[in-house]
Amino acid sequence: MPIAAKFEIEYLQYLDAEGKQVRKDLPEFAQDIDQMVELYKLMVSTRVFDTKSIALQRTGKLGTYASCLGHEATHVGIGASMKPEDVFAPSYREYGAQLYRGVRPRDVYMYWGGDERGNDYQNEPAKHDFAWSVPIGTQCLHAAGSALAFKIRKEKRVAVCTIGDGGSSKADFYGAINVAGARDLPLVAAIVNNQWAISVPRKIQSGAKTLAQKGIAAGLFCIQVDGNDIIAVKKAMGDAVERARAGKGGSVVECVTYRLGDHTTADDARRYRGKDEVEDAWTKDPVKRLRTWLEAKKAWNKKKEEKLQAECDEWMDNEVNTYLETKAQPVTAMFDYTFAELPADLMKQRDEAIALEQGSH
Amino acid sequence: MAAITLIEAVTQALAYEMKHDKSVVVLGEDVGVNGGVFRATQGLSDKFGEWRVFDTPLDETTIAGVTVGLAAQGMKPVCEAQFEGFIYPMMEQICCHAARMRNRTRGRLTCPAVFRAPWGGGIHAPEHHSEANEHLFTNVPGLRVVLPSSPARAYGLLLAAIRDPDPVVFYEPKRIYRQYKEEVPDDGEALPLDMCFVLRDGTDITLVTWGAEVKETLEAADALAKEGISAEVIDVATLTPLDFDTIAESVQKTGRCVIVQEAPKTAGFGAEIAARVAEECIFDLLAPVARVSGWDIHTPLYRLEMKQLPNTARIVDAAKRTLAAG
Repeated sequence: MPIAAKFEIEYLQYLDAEGKQVRKDLPEFAQDIDQMVELYKLMVSTRVFDTKSIALQRTGKLGTYASCLGHEATHVGIGASMKPEDVFAPSYREYGAQLYRGVRPRDVYMYWGGDERGNDYQNEPAKHDFAWSVPIGTQCLHAAGSALAFKIRKEKRVAVCTIGDGGSSKADFYGAINVAGARDLPLVAAIVNNQWAISVPRKIQSGAKTLAQKGIAAGLFCIQVDGNDIIAVKKAMGDAVERARAGKGGSVVECVTYRLGDHTTADDARRYRGKDEVEDAWTKDPVKRLRTWLEAKKAWNKKKEEKLQAECDEWMDNEVNTYLETKAQPVTAMFDYTFAELPADLMKQRDEAIALEQGSH
Repeated sequence: MAAITLIEAVTQALAYEMKHDKSVVVLGEDVGVNGGVFRATQGLSDKFGEWRVFDTPLDETTIAGVTVGLAAQGMKPVCEAQFEGFIYPMMEQICCHAARMRNRTRGRLTCPAVFRAPWGGGIHAPEHHSEANEHLFTNVPGLRVVLPSSPARAYGLLLAAIRDPDPVVFYEPKRIYRQYKEEVPDDGEALPLDMCFVLRDGTDITLVTWGAEVKETLEAADALAKEGISAEVIDVATLTPLDFDTIAESVQKTGRCVIVQEAPKTAGFGAEIAARVAEECIFDLLAPVARVSGWDIHTPLYRLEMKQLPNTARIVDAAKRTLAAG
C-alpha cells in the first residue's frame, strides 16, 4: 500500500518523577552543575513568588491572579533556552520564563493589580518582548509576525510563543504554525499542556494523541517532553530555538505538565477535578525532582536551601513593598496612551475628566 | 417562590426552555461540569447531560461557527462567550453567517441562535474582561441585541431570545449579576423583544439608558426628585430592533433627553438614539440632547476603571445642565 505520509512523535525525559536520571546522554548544559543550580534557584524563586502572589490576592492586595504552581520546569526551561535578542510572546502565566528575561514581580503585581504600567517592562531582554496576552492564543500570530520580520530583515533571531493545551485549539495557533511552516519562519511554539483549560480536561480538548503532532500538519518539527523535567524542556526547546535560528525551520514543543493550582484566583478547581488526581500530580513536582537530582550529585543541601529561601523572602519583600507603595496613575493616564498624539476631540474629554476629578464641574 | 439574582434568572430561563424544548442546547467554554465561570449554567449539565450542555474546545470561532451550524439544522443553540472581550473571534461567524443566513438564502435557512456573554465593567476584572461593546453589533442588520438590567427582564427576555426565529446577541451586565434579588416566577412567560421599559414616570426630563447604568440612572432620578425635578427613566433593554416610539412619546412629553451609556461616546448606541430624537422629535425639544458616556478610551485596568463608568453625579449634572438650557 503506498503511504503518502507517516509520522512519529519523540517523547523526551531525562529525570523521572523521583528525580532519577533515566538517560545517560545528558546534554552539555546539564553537565555544568553550576548552571543547573542556577536554574534550580530560579525555579524556587518562581514558586516563592507565586505563593506570595496568591497570599496578596487572598488579602485583597491583588486582583485576579493566574498561578504558575507546577509549571516551574517548563517555564524556566523555556526562558533559559532563548537568547536575549530573541522575542518572547507569552500568554499570562509564564512568570518563570519572564523572570529569566528580566520581568520583575512588581511588574506582574502592577498588571494583576489593575495598573497598565505592569506591562511596561523595564529590563532587557523583556523590554522587547510582548506583554501578557489574555485573549487566548492571539500571541501565537504575533510571534509568527515577529519571526517574519526577522526573516525579512535577515536577523538571526527567533520568536517563541507559549500556548496552553486549550489554546492549541484556537484558530490563532493553527494560523501561526501554518504560516511558519509555509514560509520557514523562525518560530517555536511551546505548548504548555497542563491538562486543564479552566474546567475542560485535555481529553475533550482534542482527539489528537499528542498536541505536539498538530505541528506535523504545518510542516514543523515536533516533540513532546516531560514538562516537569527541566533538562528535557531546555534540551528540546534549545534545539528548537537554535534550529530555527539556523534557518532550518520552526517547531512545536509540547511540554507535558500539570496545573497544580486553580486556573486563576477566581476559579475553584475542586468543582471539576478530583483530589486523587492532584495528589498524584504532586508526586511529579518539578522543583522537588530537580532538588533530588542535585542533592544526589552533592550540588545541593539543606543549608543551601535555607539560604536560598531567605534570599527569596528578602527579594519578595522588596518587590511587594515597591508594588504596594506605588500610587494609582492620575486620571489623565487613561487618555494619554490612546494615540501617539491626543486628538483635539479627545483632549476635550480629558479636560472634562480632570475637571470632574477636581470637583469643579 | 424564592427571590433570585439576575444571573440566577438566566439559569432559570435556560433550564425552563431546555426542559420544554428538546432542541435547545447550551455550548461554550466551562459551561458543563463547572457551570460557567459566573455559574450561569450551574446544574444544567446534571439535569440535561453533557450533549445538551456541551463543553467546547477553547476556540470562540469554533463555538460561534458550530452554533450557526446547529441553528441552521433545526436546533436552538445558546452559546456563550465567556466575556464580551472574547467575542471578537465570533464576529465573523455572527456578522457573515448568523445575521445574514435568512437573507442570503431567501429564507431557506435561518439561524435561531442566542450568543450570550457577560458584558461591561465594574467588577475589578483583568484586562479584556470589562468591555462595553454592544454598538459593534447594533449596526449589524438581521441581528437582535438585547441587554437586560433586572432579574425579571433577564428571564423574560432570554426566553424570548431563545424562541425568536432570528439570531440574538444577549449581553448580561455582569456588574449587576448579583446586585439584588427579586421574585421571578418560573412560568415560561417571555417578554417582548421590541419594547423599551419605562421604569419611572416623569414629566421634566427623559433619561434613556440600558445595562448596568440603569442603577445609576434611577439613582440620579431619585436625586433629581429631591430637587423637585421629575425624571422619566427608560431602559432600552432591546437595543435593536429599537422601539423608538416609547422614547419619542416620552421626549414629546418632557422636551428634554439625556442618554446614559457605559460604552465610549463616539458612535456608541447613544448616538443612534440622539440622531433619532433629532429626526423625529426636534420640534418637541426644549434643550439640546445630552449624552453621558464612557470616554473614548480603552477600559482602564481596575485601578482607574470606575472613572470610565458614568456615575450618578455625572448624570445628575447633565440633567441639570439640560434643564438650565431650556
